[in-house]
Amino acid sequence: MQHSNTQDTLVGLFVAAGIAGLFFLALQVSNLSSFTEQKGYTITARFENSGGLKVKSPVSAAGVKIGQVSDISFDPKTYESVVKMRINAQYNSIPDDTTASIFTAGLLGEQYVSLEPGGSSEHLKQNSNIEITQSAIILEKAIGQFLFKSAEEKK
Amino acid sequence: MMDFIQTLGRNTRGSFTKLGRATFFLVQTITGIIEILPRPRLLLKQLYSVGVLSFLIISISGLFVGMVLGLQGFYILSDFGAEETLGVMVAASLVRELGPVVSALLFAGRAGSALTAEIGLMKATEQLSGMEMMAVDPIKRIISPRFLAGVISMPLLAALFSAIGIIGGQIVGSGLLGVDEGAYWSQMQAKIDFQDDIINGVIKSLVFGFVTSWIALFEGYDAIPTSEGVSRATTRTVVNSAFSILGLDFILTALMFGDD
Repeated sequence: MQHSNTQDTLVGLFVAAGIAGLFFLALQVSNLSSFTEQKGYTITARFENSGGLKVKSPVSAAGVKIGQVSDISFDPKTYESVVKMRINAQYNSIPDDTTASIFTAGLLGEQYVSLEPGGSSEHLKQNSNIEITQSAIILEKAIGQFLFKSAEEKK
Repeated sequence: MMDFIQTLGRNTRGSFTKLGRATFFLVQTITGIIEILPRPRLLLKQLYSVGVLSFLIISISGLFVGMVLGLQGFYILSDFGAEETLGVMVAASLVRELGPVVSALLFAGRAGSALTAEIGLMKATEQLSGMEMMAVDPIKRIISPRFLAGVISMPLLAALFSAIGIIGGQIVGSGLLGVDEGAYWSQMQAKIDFQDDIINGVIKSLVFGFVTSWIALFEGYDAIPTSEGVSRATTRTVVNSAFSILGLDFILTALMFGDD
């Protein structure tokens, strides 16, 4: 009986350790902790070119993450990229003349939407539109322009 | 020439017959699981010998695999000045591939071979037929609890392997080589997806646990009841398990991580 008891304990410990490992993977390693569906509102911005922006890319203001991109689609009428963003509910006082720009984190990092607040007293609400947008900087285009320019100067 | 064709035919037919027997065996085993559920003590004993006894080898291998990944990853990534992404590299390779695959290979070597030898010997010493004489179904009494224990243990062991490996990678990466600890974890959390990476890794290890236990138990049950037959069956368990794990891993990876 004694032997069987220690065996039970060891099996219990083993199962507990395994489940602890799974929890560790879920909470510490993956994005589950930031994945929890927070209350928020969705805003839309239209970009001429959204570059390498992806669904789940971060949306930040003053360098702080305040939401994430929830949907990207192409508008066949205006030929623009329509980016829907979900902003956490606690940030509910963003002016409605805010500018949205697409930046790259570091030289090779992922792209994100940066919001630069304007001065209006009206706030962004559910389904608001951001009017002023700045497209992603396409590195190939920038290099092309730079090369073209320096070639012109040489002439 | 005629001999060759005859052998070929016999072998082909033999392997199909064996596959049929194995499938029949699997169905019996799974239906047997329902009947052992009211008797958890049978399962507990097998969880001990299949799971707890594999715990040590899995955790130590996990630690060293993680440490090697940390070291190699650091050398390669520092060439590109991207040491901060070490955490992503270690975690992604462990959670997606190495965790389920290496722990399943170790599991086949440690627990699978033991299962085959145990059941093969039971057969050789006529314990299984003895049970049948007493109107005890050996599949329900012997095989089903071991099968269930294998399927339960495998994901737990794989999760432990990955978790310990990630900690090992952190020990080497930020403890020895000076990668920023905050960057190690935060980059990892930003890039590893719960659904796509963790859950898929667990599904993989469940599949591997299922296949490895099936092969090990069937080879034992189907062994020629002599000492040579048992030894051959044990070898076949390890070889076939390794093949199935690696082959299935390719298929599962193609299915799971195909469009990203």
